[in-house]
Amino acid sequence: MFDSADCLAGSLISVHPWRETIAGLDFCCEDLSSKKMKDSINKGKLVLGDGSVFEGGAFGFLRSVSGEVVFNTGMVGYPEALTDPSYRGQILVLTYPLIGNYGVPRQNFSNNLAVAFESDRIQIAGLIVSESSFNYSHWNAARSLSQWLQEEKVPALTGIDTRALTKYIREKGTMLGKILIGDEDVEFHDPNLDNLVCQVSVQAPLVYSAGSKKVLLVDCGCKNSIIRSLLARDITVTRVPWDYNFLDEEYDGVVISNGPGDPKMCSAVITHVKEVMERNSPIFGICLGHQILALASGADSYKLKFGHRSQNQPCTEVGSKRCYITSQNHGYAIRHETLPEGWSPWFINANDGTNEGIRHKSRPFMSVQFHPEAAPGPVDTNLLFDEFVQML
Amino acid sequence: MSDRQLKKVLVLGSGALKIGEAGEFDYSGSQAIKALKDEGISSVLVNPNIATIQTSDFLADQVYFLPVNPFFVEKIIEKERPDGILLGFGGQTALNCGLELEQRCVLKRYDVEVLGTRIQAIRETEDRDLFVRKLKEIGVKVPISSAATCVEEAVAVAREIGYPVMLRVAFALGGLGSGLCATEDEVRERATKALAHSPQLLIEEYLTGWKEIEYEVVRDRFDNCVTVCNMENLDPMGIHTGESIVVAPSQTLTNSEYHLLRKIAIQVIRHLGIVGECNIQYALDPNSQDYRVIEVNARLSRSSALASKATGYPLAFIAAKLAIGHSLTNLRNSITGVTMACFEPALDYVVVKIPRWDLQKFRRVSKKIGSGMKSVGEVMAIGRKFEEALQKALRMLEIGVCGLVGNENLRFTDLETELGEPTPERIFAIPEAIKQGYSIERIHRLCHIDKWFLHKIQNIVSVEQMIRQQAGSFSSRELLLEAKQAGFADRQIANLIDSTESRVRELRYGWGILPCVKQIDTLAAEYPAQTNYLYLTYNGQEDDIAQEPQDAVIVLGSGAYRIGSSVEFDWCSVNTVLTLRKLNYKTIIINYNPETVSTDYNECDKLYFEELSLETVMEIYRKEDPIGVVISMGGQIPNNLAILLHEAGLKVLGTSPLSIDIAENRHKFSQLLDRLAIGQPEWRELVTLQETVSFAHSIGYPVIVRPSYVLSGAAMGVASNDSELVKFLQKATEVSQKHPVVISKFVENAKELEIDAVAHHGELIVSAISEHVENAGVHSGDATLVFPAQRTYIETMRQIRKITERIARSLDINGPFNIQFIAKGNEARVIECNLRASRSFPFVSKILKVNFIEIATRVMMGHEVPKVNELMFGIDYVGVKAPHFSFTRLDGADPTLGVEMTSTGEVACLGDDFEEAFLKALLSVGYQMPVQNILLSTGPVEAKAAFLRCAKILTALNVNLFATKGTADFLRADGIETTVLHWPLENERPNVREYLRKGALDLVINVPKNYQEEELTNDYIIRRQAVDFGIPLITNIQLAQRFVEALGRKKMADLEIKAWNQYQPEIVNSVFNASLVSSIDPVVILSEKVK
Repeated sequence: MFDSADCLAGSLISVHPWRETIAGLDFCCEDLSSKKMKDSINKGKLVLGDGSVFEGGAFGFLRSVSGEVVFNTGMVGYPEALTDPSYRGQILVLTYPLIGNYGVPRQNFSNNLAVAFESDRIQIAGLIVSESSFNYSHWNAARSLSQWLQEEKVPALTGIDTRALTKYIREKGTMLGKILIGDEDVEFHDPNLDNLVCQVSVQAPLVYSAGSKKVLLVDCGCKNSIIRSLLARDITVTRVPWDYNFLDEEYDGVVISNGPGDPKMCSAVITHVKEVMERNSPIFGICLGHQILALASGADSYKLKFGHRSQNQPCTEVGSKRCYITSQNHGYAIRHETLPEGWSPWFINANDGTNEGIRHKSRPFMSVQFHPEAAPGPVDTNLLFDEFVQML
Repeated sequence: MSDRQLKKVLVLGSGALKIGEAGEFDYSGSQAIKALKDEGISSVLVNPNIATIQTSDFLADQVYFLPVNPFFVEKIIEKERPDGILLGFGGQTALNCGLELEQRCVLKRYDVEVLGTRIQAIRETEDRDLFVRKLKEIGVKVPISSAATCVEEAVAVAREIGYPVMLRVAFALGGLGSGLCATEDEVRERATKALAHSPQLLIEEYLTGWKEIEYEVVRDRFDNCVTVCNMENLDPMGIHTGESIVVAPSQTLTNSEYHLLRKIAIQVIRHLGIVGECNIQYALDPNSQDYRVIEVNARLSRSSALASKATGYPLAFIAAKLAIGHSLTNLRNSITGVTMACFEPALDYVVVKIPRWDLQKFRRVSKKIGSGMKSVGEVMAIGRKFEEALQKALRMLEIGVCGLVGNENLRFTDLETELGEPTPERIFAIPEAIKQGYSIERIHRLCHIDKWFLHKIQNIVSVEQMIRQQAGSFSSRELLLEAKQAGFADRQIANLIDSTESRVRELRYGWGILPCVKQIDTLAAEYPAQTNYLYLTYNGQEDDIAQEPQDAVIVLGSGAYRIGSSVEFDWCSVNTVLTLRKLNYKTIIINYNPETVSTDYNECDKLYFEELSLETVMEIYRKEDPIGVVISMGGQIPNNLAILLHEAGLKVLGTSPLSIDIAENRHKFSQLLDRLAIGQPEWRELVTLQETVSFAHSIGYPVIVRPSYVLSGAAMGVASNDSELVKFLQKATEVSQKHPVVISKFVENAKELEIDAVAHHGELIVSAISEHVENAGVHSGDATLVFPAQRTYIETMRQIRKITERIARSLDINGPFNIQFIAKGNEARVIECNLRASRSFPFVSKILKVNFIEIATRVMMGHEVPKVNELMFGIDYVGVKAPHFSFTRLDGADPTLGVEMTSTGEVACLGDDFEEAFLKALLSVGYQMPVQNILLSTGPVEAKAAFLRCAKILTALNVNLFATKGTADFLRADGIETTVLHWPLENERPNVREYLRKGALDLVINVPKNYQEEELTNDYIIRRQAVDFGIPLITNIQLAQRFVEALGRKKMADLEIKAWNQYQPEIVNSVFNASLVSSIDPVVILSEKVK
């Protein structure tokens, strides 16, 4: 009578057309544009590299995609996360089950930067949630998550047991996957073999003017909030493409941004950073930028089993009793033990002991694996920008 | 915060459970004591709440069942000489006591260090003026407001801010006396009342409709700070957070809002210098990112207990560790075992908390909810959809609903009003409004609830309507799955399609629609969890835990605390689990009350934070395949499941459900008593008014009336004549074939006694007889209990024991039970029998130092337990249990004792004689000594006569006697002079009203003239005003007599400061300790788990 096999994948599709069919109800923020989609096709599935399948309902843009499947445990901040260039090529699983509650803000620009977003577009390859909220509510929202995904041509699945999926990834490690919608099949593809940084970096230098101090920002897939954090401190930012030879530019310090993929793919940046180090200019690396600085110093990097993607990673500052809650999004890390002479670990992940930051003992070079610019996530380490600015 | 080596720490508890301060402090105090134990620090606990787990012999090293007030705590400090004191674990009671001890320089004198947050910081959070100033220093926004210490000042401030304004009361539990004032008159009225309780008021700008958001923040002395959880109130500003439906984490906040408020929380906590835990409440503008900080509680709170349960983060345990000097970075996350305590839980589920009210128990109370707290308990439900969690939570309330929709007994005559001026039923009015065609926009305008929540409710309505279309033949598997995912119960679906719960279940099983077990792991599956903190969901495809065959026992907990079922049943459940663990069984608890210790995931092997319903228990049983289910420890909710579980084929441990059914069924039980020739008051179940009246005539008035269908008002009543009977039945109830009414003889001038006992296959193993101070007619939960009985004939006691033995044998009782008796002359009659643990089990167990629950558990599991009798002769001290009433919070409620229970909590104290224990107990529930000015209004002539001797005692004590006219005349006839005060409704002076208002009285004795006063009488005004102005009130003549006699014999100084272990029973322990030696000591289990 109780056959537990009956309760398996495939029983979770919960996108039903009835939501729109009851007369007299108010659907002021209903996602009407997705109506056609829900009437015709409402099934989709995630196929993982090892052949396992998670079935759900499709929403957003209806096409099949492949990518690397990663999970993030943050409970807020999907507009920020989806536009974070570090997710380039990845199918993002959000573990918080209710996504889309507060809709998506209108695209406004301030200082040439999209307000409330981390770049000008959705960067993820696809999205997996437990429940997409088709009705949203927020004073600042202009559209639903589904509408936004459609506009940006990104497919998504809802009704997935994201907890089961996350546990699977935790145990087996990050793996390739594909979202299949309708009959369209696609090949598995490992985005880490692509030059992802090249895809997300600016094409030509851009200047954001503020104060007299100048920071040269190497854009490896920079989040807008890094620029905002510098501008808020009256720093003029020159944002250059990842492989741009900036050595002849005028600057007081260099920030190497976050970005997607394997840091070892960024050999051009590593070469440039080595030069800057020779000149003793202040350097601040963030996330991928941290890995690049470490590689430039001679240390080594490796791929984590399933990475750190969350807003609650505790990082202890080496040599103190202080611990900070940080926002993270990375799949690679630095090996402490490969740090050369003159460098020391700065932050350590209190949960698993991995490296979270390094700094040079005598020279103005520092970097962190986490995101001091937050967005999404806690702003506790924002003060690192102050520290950097003081070095300039 | 200590740098010194702590050896002994004093922990203050919160006393009786009351509205605004309930079971959550048993949870937090217990965790604090565990943390101290873990450190090898000796702990001393002051808490007169005997039913708590924190006052167990295996937790604190010394327990004092004494009032948590400066007088007693000072003496305890003098005696115990602790190095440190923890003030943050016993609610506002402990905090206020600590502030006063500091002000009186007691802490300094005895060199007691306040651990954790400094006194100065506590003061800055408690004194609204200081608080506002402190927050302004760092540019944090607070509501525009100003403090006032007198009525005129309050009026002036209100005028300046502009109406409407919010009036708040400083130093108050749960927003007592706070409220919205739209006019100057309202300010005057509220301010006058509030100033009777508190020296200070705050008048603030009105933020109705703003979102109400809370954060729980933890900080160590090294300045590490984390916010463990944030919560969003579904009911926005204007409704007290204790009265709101609360959702965790927040649902409608963006990243920038979430982290803006988080950042401010940390800023504020650092600026105030909190060490340990605190709660911060915000108002957030729903139309911009503007915010206000409403308040900070520098202590564990109801919200922090909720946050602990919602996230799995052991806030109280960690807070205690931080208070004694630890850093967040050297404490571990006890769920994963590998990650550290310095982190912020990531939830991958949604939590919904709903308050539980019991307003129908009170006469004349206002049903409106608002900025003051009236709820008596709460439930918490976990799901992976909001709809799922909401509907589960609504069923958990056990108020006769099967979910949000599909309920027959809810009707709204005026939806607009219900939405705009909420009562506890507002949430049910929303789906009703949707069905009646209200737009979401319109509903939102009326109730200000965020549209996101309203849309979710609309989803539930949509599913409901689709299910209704399936009436007759349910053909869509898809829809049934959809319904289960939206939190519909089988029973609820059955209601909608006119089917039965079991048929829906069959259908569901046929389609393979089954729930999954999911784990709460604090890290959203990023790390594997070592604990089994579990819930069920239909929004999943696989179980988190593998089920292995094991010797597991399921123990059903008590559900929400409510009037009549409270922390005592949690004590029983926890002790059952402890015993089972000693006996090497695996233990599984099912409970959903976030205020409890039983829902601490380390109390048992597996905790299902789930419904106590047939459906859910069956699903868990099916997954766990246990030895059986214990249903006799959690009070009436699990007890009611006995026969259902039995019929569904589940193994119910202990007494057979068939016997339970006999005891629960009035007819069957009555027949049994007749067969056994045991006396019972006459009763009959009747279906017409005519029959009812003629039966009342035949047995003679007064009679107790118990309708089975109640429209409004109290469920039970007493009628003294035809007109009262008819009026009662016509006004509030329906009498029909379908809804019979039970009439029983009300025996006057009789004693009430009860026996708590355990039987083994029908043989009485252990028992304890307690007597009530009040005569029969006062609900046993509101009565003052004395154990061992002091004023009962040996013959009566013998009869009670004989009757008990006979009932035990004939029902083949195998576990705990309780029988209530009425005794008049030398005849004892049975009035009630419960084949489960009762409210007084912890009381008698702790007085006797024989754990009745441990014995009962061993019995139920088939272990041999030796028989012990005549226990009460082995002790030469007395325990008195007294009820605590929360009338102050229940606007308008008539504070009298009657057949319906109205107390919200209880205390019990020990003494070398009755008077000592009695006075300590009364002092613990708010009575004061010495008494200088008493108002006497002793009601019926018998009561007047009975009190005469007491009036003489008071005269001899030089107490100033004031009396209302009749009482004064009566006393004068016997040569006792009193000052006559005019009745409140008379326009003459001196008037009772003015004496009450100016606080010129310190005790009011007002005995009602009949059993159920319905009119707005002078007596009612006296009682109500006494409560409103914080003056102790006695309304029962026996209680008044015993109190005055005790005052005549004892002074404060005579009340001994003795710890629990200084009271030792003489004979029993040797017998029991020898037989109950076990392989595992409970303390060992606990300390292992907390590490």
